Amino acid sequence: MSEQALVPHLAIELRDIVKRFPGVVANDGVNLAVRPGTIHAIVGENGAGKSTLMKTLYGAHQPDEGTILIDGNPTRFKSPRDAISAGIGMVFQHFMLADNLTVWENVVLGDEPGSRWQLDIKKARSEIREVSRTYGLPVDPDELVAELGVGEKQRVEIIKVLLRGARIIILDEPTAVLVPQEVSELFASLRDLVANGATVLFISHKLDEVLTIADDITVIRAGRTVAAVKPAEVNARQLAELMVGSELPSPETRESTVTNVVALDVSGLTVLDDDRPVVKDVSLTVHRGEILGIAGVEGNGQTELLQAILGVRHPSSGRITLEGEDVTGLSTRHRRNAGVGYIPQDRQHDGLILDAPLWENVVLGHQTSPAFTKGPWIDKARARKRTSAVVEEFDVRTPGIDVAALALSGGNQQKLIVGREMMADPKVLIAAQPTRGIDVGAQAAIWESLREARRLGLAVLLVSADLEELIGLSDRLVVILRGQLVAELDPATVTPSDLGSYMTGATTAGEAA
Amino acid sequence: MKRIRYAVAAPVIAVVISLLVAGIALAVSGHNPIDAFQAMGSYLKTADSVVAVINRAVPYYVMGLAVAIGFKMNLFNIGVDGQYRLAALLAAAAGAAVSFPPIIHIAFVIAVAMMVGASWAAIPGVLKVVRGVNEVVSTIMLNFIATGITAFLLANYLRDNSVKLVAQTKPLPESAWMPSLNTPLGWFGINLPKDTVLNGFLIIAIATGILIYLLIYRTRFGFDLRTSGRNPSAALSSGVNPKAMIMKTIMLSGAIAGLAGMAPLLGDYHQYGDTFPTALGFTGISVALLGRNHPAGIAVAAIVWAAIERGGQNLNSVGVPQEIAKIMQGTLLLSAVIAFEVVRRARLRAEVHDAAVKAHPRSSDPGEPLPALAGGGLV
Amino acid sequence: MSATVLPPQPSIEMAPDSAIGRLKYLMASNAILRATVLCLGFIWVLAVARVLADAPDMTSGPTFIAAVGATSPILLAGLAAMYSERVGVVNIGLEGMMVLGTWFAGWAGWQYGPWAALIGGAFGGSLGGLLHALATVTFGVDQVVSGIAINLIAPGVTRFLSSEVFVGNGDGTITQSPTMADSIGRFTMPFTSGGNFFGWHTPNPLGWISEQRWFFISDTAGFLVGFTTDMAYTTMLALLLVPASVYVLWHMRFGLRLRSIGEKPSAADSLGVAVYKMKYIGVTISGALCGLGGAWLVLDVRAYNQDQVAGRGFQGLAATIFGNWRPVGILTGSGLFAYSQALTQRLGTNPVRALFLVAFFAFLVLAINALRRHRFPSAATLAIVAAGALLYFTSTTKIDSRIVFITPYVVTLVVLTFSSQRLRPPAAEGKPWRKGETG
Repeated sequence: MSEQALVPHLAIELRDIVKRFPGVVANDGVNLAVRPGTIHAIVGENGAGKSTLMKTLYGAHQPDEGTILIDGNPTRFKSPRDAISAGIGMVFQHFMLADNLTVWENVVLGDEPGSRWQLDIKKARSEIREVSRTYGLPVDPDELVAELGVGEKQRVEIIKVLLRGARIIILDEPTAVLVPQEVSELFASLRDLVANGATVLFISHKLDEVLTIADDITVIRAGRTVAAVKPAEVNARQLAELMVGSELPSPETRESTVTNVVALDVSGLTVLDDDRPVVKDVSLTVHRGEILGIAGVEGNGQTELLQAILGVRHPSSGRITLEGEDVTGLSTRHRRNAGVGYIPQDRQHDGLILDAPLWENVVLGHQTSPAFTKGPWIDKARARKRTSAVVEEFDVRTPGIDVAALALSGGNQQKLIVGREMMADPKVLIAAQPTRGIDVGAQAAIWESLREARRLGLAVLLVSADLEELIGLSDRLVVILRGQLVAELDPATVTPSDLGSYMTGATTAGEAA
Repeated sequence: MKRIRYAVAAPVIAVVISLLVAGIALAVSGHNPIDAFQAMGSYLKTADSVVAVINRAVPYYVMGLAVAIGFKMNLFNIGVDGQYRLAALLAAAAGAAVSFPPIIHIAFVIAVAMMVGASWAAIPGVLKVVRGVNEVVSTIMLNFIATGITAFLLANYLRDNSVKLVAQTKPLPESAWMPSLNTPLGWFGINLPKDTVLNGFLIIAIATGILIYLLIYRTRFGFDLRTSGRNPSAALSSGVNPKAMIMKTIMLSGAIAGLAGMAPLLGDYHQYGDTFPTALGFTGISVALLGRNHPAGIAVAAIVWAAIERGGQNLNSVGVPQEIAKIMQGTLLLSAVIAFEVVRRARLRAEVHDAAVKAHPRSSDPGEPLPALAGGGLV
Repeated sequence: MSATVLPPQPSIEMAPDSAIGRLKYLMASNAILRATVLCLGFIWVLAVARVLADAPDMTSGPTFIAAVGATSPILLAGLAAMYSERVGVVNIGLEGMMVLGTWFAGWAGWQYGPWAALIGGAFGGSLGGLLHALATVTFGVDQVVSGIAINLIAPGVTRFLSSEVFVGNGDGTITQSPTMADSIGRFTMPFTSGGNFFGWHTPNPLGWISEQRWFFISDTAGFLVGFTTDMAYTTMLALLLVPASVYVLWHMRFGLRLRSIGEKPSAADSLGVAVYKMKYIGVTISGALCGLGGAWLVLDVRAYNQDQVAGRGFQGLAATIFGNWRPVGILTGSGLFAYSQALTQRLGTNPVRALFLVAFFAFLVLAINALRRHRFPSAATLAIVAAGALLYFTSTTKIDSRIVFITPYVVTLVVLTFSSQRLRPPAAEGKPWRKGETG
C-alpha cells in the first residue's frame, strides 16, 4: 500500500492500441487507464472491439501498434502464458471449461501442483478449497463440471484465475448468462476481490449493471475509446448514446395490426429431454398481424419450445396447429412449406451453410419452395435472382452472391437470414434473438422489416434476451420460467425491471392481470 | 480467373509432391528416377495401354462415385468393398441361373447387383439411424463379415461344381456379356489393335457419372444431401429429415458400389471367383478423395490412378521395383487431400478479406471468429 | 435354470441393505473388486456353456494362453486409438500404422534381434502417427480421410521397402522379411504354473486343477493359467501398459493436459497448454503403440509378413469404443475379441458353437435388464436375438469355418449396437481446432 502511495502508477495502461485483421481494423487507437484496486468497466456495443481488446490484453494475439503497460512497465505478451505470469487472469464469456473433467482438474490444468511428473491431487483439492473459502466462492472440487449450474461454472472460472495468482482479473460479459440473484452474488464477490487488493476489468453492455458496480467506465465505439467517465457523472441513457454515437433507435411498434385470425396455436405442449420435462404444458396463440414476445432467462425452455414448433424436436404431448392445420405429427419440411419462417438463435450453427455461396444459403430452408424449384430440380437462376434481391433490399454488404457465407460479418449474415425468411412470405415467423450481436444500423433495419411484415399480416413468435426489444416490438408478452408460461403481460404497461422479476420468479403469475 | 487458379493449384502441387517423393525414394535406393518416369510414360503411349488404362479406370470411377455420394454428406461408407463383392457374387449367381434376351439379361444382373449393394449398405444405415453406431466402424466390421459370407456362400451354395480346382460361380451366358466398344469405335475409323478390348461398361460409367452429377448438384435431393454434409443442424432446421437422408444416401452409395463390380463381371470375368478383383472398394475411396468427390474430378483421378498402375508394370524393364507405383499413388493421395484443404482455406480467407473490405472499409470487430479458418496458422 | 447362472448384475436395483446391494455399493467404489467380480461372472457363464455344450476346450489353459496372447496386438491398437482420440484426433489409420510397425520391426529384428524389433516397430508406427498429425493438426485435413489415406499408403510403402531390402536376403521376399535368429523370451510363473525358480522346475498346480473339469473351479484355474503360463515378454509389456496408461492419464500432469485437449482444446489453450504440441504427442504415441502391436505380431512368428496385421487395427478401434476410451475397458474389449479369435483359430468349431450359448445368456441378461427399465422394444429385440442364438445352438452340430471367421466382427457390431448410447467419447473428438477459436 505504501509503495503505491509513493509511485502512483496504474495497474494497466494501454496507449494507442491498433489491431488489424484482414480487411478490418478491429482496434484503432484504444487508450485505457485502470487504477489499481478498482472495478473498471469497459462498455461498448457488440462489435465495437471489446473482445479484440481483451484478447490483446490477455496475450491471445499481439497488437499491431501501441503499448501495454502493466504496473507502469511496458510489456509484450507473446501468449496467454505471459499474461498469466504477469498476474492477469481472464474469465471468458463462453466458459473455458471441459465438461467431462472435474472441477479440480479444470482449475489446475496447465499449472498443476505436484512434482515434475506426478499430479498432487490432494494438494489441488486443498488449494481450491482454500481459495474457495477465502473469497466466498463455494464449489466442490470433485464434482464433474457438466453437472454444475451456470453460476457455479463462473465461480470455477474465477477460482481458476485466482489460483494462478492473478491480481488483475478481466471478466468478459460475466452477467450475460446469470439470473439477477446470481448477478448480485457475483458483484459481492467482485467487491471482496477488490477489497483483497485485486483489480477488476469488467466488460459489459448492460449499462445498469455497469453503473452499479464500476468505479470507472471507459466507452469504446467502432474500435476507439471515445470516453472515460465516472458512474456518478452519467446516467444509463447518456452512456448508451456515448456507446452508439447518436440518438438511440427505439424498437417501438406503432398502431396495433392484430387480427382475430389464429395463425399459430400451441396447446398443452410438453417436451422431454432425457425424461426430464423442459417444456411443461405450454399453450399459446399467435394471431395474424401479431407479435408475441416470449421473455425468459436463457435456458428456461425457449429453445426447446421453438424447436418443437419447428418440428425438429418431438413433443411428448400437446398439439400444434398452423393456420388451422394440425401439424403435430408432421415433418419440419411440411411445416416450412406451410409457411413457417425461422430465424435461429445461433445463425452459424442452425441458419447458414458457412462455406456455401450466398445464393445456396438463400435457398436453405426453402429448397422445396416453388420459388426455387422446377419439379425435382433446383432452379439456380431464380435462386440467384432472389439472392440479389435479398442483398439489395436488406442491405447485405457483400462483394457478390457467389462468396461463401462465412465471408460476411455477423450482422450481414443475420440480414441475409432475415431477408431470406421475409422474402419467402412466411405466415408464421419464429424469430429467436433476431438482433443479437449485430450493429445498431442492422438492428434498426431488422426491427423495421419485422414491423412491416406484421402490418401485412405476419404472425411472429419472438424470443429475445433484449428486454427493450421485446417490450418495444411485442403486441403481447408471455414469460417462460422453467419450461412453463408463468405470466402474460401487456408490453404497453410493463417495465424491463418488472419483466425481469417475472423472469426470475420473484413475482408470480397470480399478480398479473 | 481466380477460381480457376485455386482449382488448379491443389492438383498441381499434389502431382509435384508425389513425383518428388517417388523420385527421392528411387534415388535413395540407387535407381535413376528420370529413367523410371520415362519408362512409365513411354509405355502409356501405346494404344493397348490407353485401352487398358480406360478399362481399369472404369470400375475405379464408378466405385469412386459410390464413395463420393456418401462423403458428400459426411457419411463415410468405408463398406463399399463388402457391398460390391457380395453384390458381384449374388449377381453373378443370379445371372447364370436365368436366361433372358441380351440387353434384358444385362439389366437384370445389374439390377440384382444394385439391390444387393443397397441392402447390405442398409445395415450400417439402420445401425446409425436407430442405435447411433458410427458408420465408419460398422462398415469396416461389415467388410470383414461380407468377406466371410461371400466365401461361405460361394463354397457351399453358389459354386460351379463342374470345376474342381477353383471356387467360382457358373459362367454367365453370353446374353449377359457386356458388348465391347471395338465395333462402334470402328465406325468412327478408330481400329483397336488385335486382342485389345474396350469394355462397353465405359458407357454405363459415363452415364452414371452424369446422373450422379445432376443428382448431387442440380436437384433438391442433392441440395439436401450437400447441406446435410456441410451443416447437419442447419439441414435439420431447413426441413431435412436426417434419418431418412442417411438411409437414402447410404443405400444409393451401396447400389452404385454394387454397380461398380459389374464392370469386371459383365465386361471381363463373366463369373465370380477367387480371382475376381478385390479391394476395388479401397481404390474407390482413394479416387473419390483424389477427385474431391466431384464426378469430373473422380474421372480424372480414376484415369490417373489406373495410368500409374499400368505405367508401373513397365518399371521392371528398367530394373526399378514396380512397387514405386504404389508409393506414387499413396503420396499423391495424401498430398492431394492436404493441398485441397490448404487451398480451400486460402480461398475462403481471400473471400473473407474481400467481403470485409467491401462491408467495412475500416472499423469494428470481425464479429465472431470465423470457423474453419479463424486464427490461421497457415498464413 | 437361467436364474442361477446369471452373473451378478451391477444394474439390478436392490435395497442397499441386501447382500447384492452391498456388493454393488462395494463394486462401485472399488475398481479392482469390480473387475474381479465381472471376471468371475464371465468365467461362470463360460463354465456353464462348457458343460452344456461339452466343449472342454472353451476354458482350458491353452485356450486362455492363446487368448491372452491374441489380446496383445488388439490391446495395443486400442490403447493407440485411445491416446489419439484423447487428444481429439480420430485415428482410422491404426491399421496402416501397424503395418508400418510390422515392417520396421521385421527389419530391426532381422538385423539386431527381437528387442530391437520392438524399438523398430514403435519407430515405424510413430512415423505413421507423425504423418497423421501433420495432415490433421497442421493442415486440418479431415481426420477420417487422413486415416484412410494412411491405411492405403502403408502397404505400398512396405512392399516397396521389402523389394529393396528383404528380397535376396535369406528367406526374405517381397512379402516377408528374413526370419530373425532369436525369439522373444517367455515367462511362466513359478509355483503356481510350473515355471522355473532358480533352475528348479516348480510344480504346476493351476495347470493340474484346470484339467480336472471341476465346474467353475477348473474353469477359473484355466483362466489364471492363461495369465501365468508361457507368456511372451511382449505380451507382458502390452498388459503392463494398461495400468501404466491409467497412471499416465489420471495421475500425471501430462495426462491431465492430454485429456483436456480432447475435451476442450480452447480451455487448455487459454491456460497456456500447447494444444498443437500435445496433439502431435498424443497422435505420435498412438502411432508408436500401433507399431508395438505390429512388433508383437512380428515377434510372434519371428518375421514380418505382408498381411499379418489382418484387421487388428480396426479391432483395436472397436475395442476402444467398447471400452469407453478407458484402458481397462479397452483391455476387456480386446480380450473378448481375442478370446473369440483364439477359439476359432486354435480349436475349430465346437467351442464357437458354444459361444452361441454364451450369446444366449448375454442377450437374455440384456433383455431382462431392458425389461426392468421398461424399454420394451429393446427388450423384445434382445429376447428375439437370444432365442435365435439358442435355436442356432440347439439345431447345429458343425459350423462352417468361414462363419467362424466372422464371429469377432459380428460380436463387435453387436456390442456397438447395444452400447453406443452409453458411451462418452472425448467431447472434442474429430473436430479440427484452430488456435483462437472459442469452441
